[in-house]
Parts: sequence; C-alpha cells; structure tokens
Amino acid sequence: MKVVKIHEDYCVYCHLCEAACITEHSESKDIIKAFKYEEKPIARCETVFNYPLSLSVMCRHCDDHPCVTACQNGSMHVDERGYVIVNEDTCVGCWMCIMSCPYGVIKRDTRREKWGLSTKCDLCPDREIPACVEACPNGALTFEEL
Amino acid sequence: MKWTKNLRTYIPPDFAVIRDDERCIRCKACVEQCSFDATFYDEEKDKVWNWESNCVGCGRCAAICPTEAITVAQRESPYRNHSNWKYQYVRGIKKRSILGGTPIVSMGADKDYPIYWDHMLLNASQVTNPSIDPLREPMELKTFLGRKPDFIKNERGKLDIKIPPQLELDVPIMFSAMSYGALSYNVIESLGRAAQNLGIYYNSGEGGLNKDHYKFKGNVIVQVASGRFGVNKDYLDVGSAVEIKIGQGAKPGIGGHLPGEKVSETISETRMMPKGSDALSPAPHHDVYSIEDLRQLIYALKEATEYTKPIIVKIAAVHNVASIVSGIARAGADIISIDGFKGGTGASPQIIRDNVGIPIEFALAAADDRLRQEGIRHQVSIIAGGGIKSSMDVVKAIALGADAVYIGTSALVAIGCTLCQQCHTGKCAWGIATQDPHLSKRVNPDIATERLENLINTWSLEIKETMGAMGINSIESLKGNRLNLRGINLSEQELDILGILPAGA
Repeated sequence: MKVVKIHEDYCVYCHLCEAACITEHSESKDIIKAFKYEEKPIARCETVFNYPLSLSVMCRHCDDHPCVTACQNGSMHVDERGYVIVNEDTCVGCWMCIMSCPYGVIKRDTRREKWGLSTKCDLCPDREIPACVEACPNGALTFEEL
Repeated sequence: MKWTKNLRTYIPPDFAVIRDDERCIRCKACVEQCSFDATFYDEEKDKVWNWESNCVGCGRCAAICPTEAITVAQRESPYRNHSNWKYQYVRGIKKRSILGGTPIVSMGADKDYPIYWDHMLLNASQVTNPSIDPLREPMELKTFLGRKPDFIKNERGKLDIKIPPQLELDVPIMFSAMSYGALSYNVIESLGRAAQNLGIYYNSGEGGLNKDHYKFKGNVIVQVASGRFGVNKDYLDVGSAVEIKIGQGAKPGIGGHLPGEKVSETISETRMMPKGSDALSPAPHHDVYSIEDLRQLIYALKEATEYTKPIIVKIAAVHNVASIVSGIARAGADIISIDGFKGGTGASPQIIRDNVGIPIEFALAAADDRLRQEGIRHQVSIIAGGGIKSSMDVVKAIALGADAVYIGTSALVAIGCTLCQQCHTGKCAWGIATQDPHLSKRVNPDIATERLENLINTWSLEIKETMGAMGINSIESLKGNRLNLRGINLSEQELDILGILPAGA
C-alpha cells in the first residue's frame, strides 16, 4: 500500500501542497478558478510551523484507524485499496471521527449540499501520484510503499 | 508589517515587485518564502504587499508562486540620467553617507569588466586532420594533479621510478573551497555526495570538516587557511590533498569574518572555537611572510601527512602572479591554485571585490608561461578558478595551460543560487548561504546532488564534443595547447600576454 511520506527535514513551509489539494478537489481543477471564482474546497492537508520545524500533515491512513471505529454508521470506512475513506453521502456530521483522530487531520466542512461533511485526504483517486506530492517543490512529500 | 519610510535614511529600492492581483490566489507561498521581510500579508484587507526597500531580487517569490503572479524587475535609476555620474556611483555615496560604513557584499565582482573567455575562439578539424565523434570513439577526460617526475625510467615496460602523490580526477573540474559556515550543512553534504559519485573532489574551505562529512574521505581536499579553523591530525588525514589558502580571488589581501550569529553549535564544534564568537581569519598567515616561510609550512604539512598527499597553495590572481607562482613552485608546492578576481565570496568589502586583482585568463597564461620558461612546469599542476561559467570556459582554461579548474559559484547556481549577492546576511532565501535551520531546509541534498551531477556530466559531454571537433581524444593533449585558441576583439598586447594568435592568423 502506497502512502504519502512526510520528510519534515525538507519542508519549506510554502503551502503549495494545500494549494494543490484545493485545486485537485475543486470543480474545475484550475488553480485560479478554484481559488477565485468557485466555492473553494477545504485543503485536506495542513502545513504547520513551529520554528525551525515545519511540515505538512494529512491523513495517515492508520492501520488501527480510530476514526472508522468511532463512526456511528459506517460512513468512515476502509476501501478496497486499504485507504481510510469517508462516504460523504451518508456522513451525518457527528464529528466523532474528528474527536478520535490522533493527528487532527479530518476537517469539518458544513457546506453539505456541495462538499459533504467530514472531509479528509482521499489520496486523489483520479491521479497516480497525489496532487500534494507532485506540487511539493523540495521533495518533502513522497508517495511510497509503506 | 509597519510602513516605515523616512527621507533621512531613504535609499531608493533596487527592485520592483510587480503583482498581478488577478492571478494572486493568496496562498501565501511568497510570504513564507521571503526571508528578507519584503513580502507580507494583510489579513484584514486580504492582500499581499511588498516592502520593496527590503527586496534583494533573489527571485524566490516569483519562482515559488504557483500562478506566476509575481515579476521581480530591476529598477532603473530613480534620478535623471547622467553619463558620468552613473547611478551606481551616486548610490555608493548615498549608502556610505547614510549608513556610515563601507558596504559588505558577496559573490564575485559585478562591475562591467570584459570577460576574456568570450574573446577566445576554439579550433576544429577540417580536411587536414580528422575530427572525432565522442559518442562512437573513446574520449579521455581523466587527469592527474601533482608533481610529475623530472624524467621517466623504463625497466622492461615497467616504470622504475617513484611517482609523487597525485590527485586522480575523472573530469578536470572540482568544487572550489566554500566553507561549512558560509554554506549550509545540506549544501556541503550535496557537494560531497556529488564529488564522490563523479570521481572528483570538493574543497572543505577554511571552516574545517564536520565529523559527519568524514565519510567523504577520498573525495575531499582540506584547507588550511590563516585562521587555522578545525585543523588537526584527523582532518588532514581525511583530505586527499591539503590546500594552503593564501588568498581568495574575490578579496585578495583580506582575511575572513564569519559573524558570531552564524557560529552555531555544530559550526563551533567543527571550527573548534566557542559558540557565538566571531570567526576571524587574519589577512596574512602570521607564520608566512616570505617564500621561505611558505616552504616551512608546506613541509610541515608534508611531514604531518607523511608525504602521502599533494600540497596545494591557493593564491589570488594579482599583478605579479607569474613570479609568485614561480616562488611557490620552488617552495615545494605540488599544485598551485590561482583564483581570478571574478571569483566569489561569502562576504567581502565591495571596494575590494570590485577593484582588486586581475582576470584569471591573464594570470593563468602568465603563470603557465613563466613556469615553462623556467623549466619547472612539470613540478606543479595548475588549477584555475574564479569566473568559470560554462564548459567552454573549462576547455579554454585547459588550452591556456590549466590542469583542472575549480568551480564555486557555478555549482551553487546549479543548486539554486540566483546571484542576489546576500550571502553575507546569512538570510539566503534559497537555503544555500545560511545557518538558519529553517532556511537551510530549502536545499534537499538528494535534489541538489542530482543537479550537480547533471551539470558536471553535461559539461563533460560538451567538453568531449569540442575536443572531438578539434581532433583531440585526450584532455592531456589539450593542456597548454594554445594553438587551438584564437583571439577576437583583443589588442596586440592582450593577445601577447594570453599567448594566442588573433582570429585569421
């Protein structure tokens, strides 16, 4: 199973992973349109900074996945690829996944009509390499076998 | 960010940062990347602003911007044009009078001096001798640096003579002395890895060698400079050669000064000096006041390394370079490195950088000539450095008489440097000339090593191509082969010093 590995030694805190994530999950997949002319999705990765440390964190797709255990109706589930995915249609927004996530990487989106509720990294199902990994200018994110 | 402009301290900004608001998506990549406080974000107005007085024109913001919304442009003179009082002179006076000190700068001289490499043309074979295709036929770039024996004795096909220690180079290019302190840990790591993979050498510079980098043994030249930072038995043992630094092209006759802020825990350990104290290298070696003294130091180092390593003496290209080189050869040096006045530095007074020294092209030609005339050219190898910007400069330098070249700035440019000349501030936005742990993360050694290898491999191929065109299949046959050079737009005197014929002759 391939996952996104974080190399905090090379993270330059440029936020380009966030910008790429927003673009990838937008309607038009065009960076300027996604940010300026459409309703902007929430970035599923987040860059954090505590001098001199900085890194981008997104869902770790844990083996023991506490969010899946906490989910009351099975919306948060493990898909056939082995990744932890949320079914946005059935999610009721109880936020128990957010409460249980040890990394704080599940985001709360209340724009139900458009975006579903619990929002988290889906490892870009339409792409071979996730958008954040491709956008990272310094190799701080890599897509590798676990 | 507070807007603080005051006429009393006003020096017009050198750059204009032009933002296309239509393209700007407020991702704040540029805000985080600017290490000179020239870019800031106003939460309230949701706008990104620039404080252009702080902008150094490093181009990091424009490079990182995902929508290409930023253009950094050099500003024209803000005053009425004057052919005699060029803006650079007016600015120089204003800076000195307002700030009350002499400006410290970095990189190489940026004044408009002629580049003599570009006044030399190479030869190619036509009809009378065949050219060679390097992709089909073997082409030798391997070279050896060091003292060569006075004669060769051959006993039934075997060399019956002891060859003094040599440096073996797969390509006649090495990374010049840039210290850990001036450069970040990751850059030194990249230079070391690239040198190891390419079969060449990198130079530790005067700042000693971090214990982590002892792994590059076999591909590192260690330097002994006037400050003697980090010099000890283990350090000398790790080096494949020991370089005595007398002078540096960018600042001949000037010592070094690494500000205390840059002397971090690891630097203090490497340099063997207290943390946070200024690292001052004196202008001269205080035990070298003559050629005889230099001979003592050379032999002290030879004794310390048990005559197993060549000793390099590095000097800046200055007016009497030919006689100085002759003296150094007689003092017992195995290799002499000459650094032209366009060579780079981590910090130097602007007046010295821009006005002292001579071009490497002349220094090299003069030194090679003098050593030949005196019949001692085989006793020393010559490394030329300071202003090598392309593979053709390497070819021309070797044809002029160099055995190999040093590249410093070119290597940094390969890693990411944009020549913004702010090395001395320690705030390098490209993570190269800084000790800030957050900024130095910007160089990923994996990527940087690959870039350096790509550069040297491409240059090798280009060198082979031109050698092939000249009908030469070994770099040794190109050494000092000035018949393959012709001058263009040069005066008779310049041609005479370079020892080359004018184009058409």
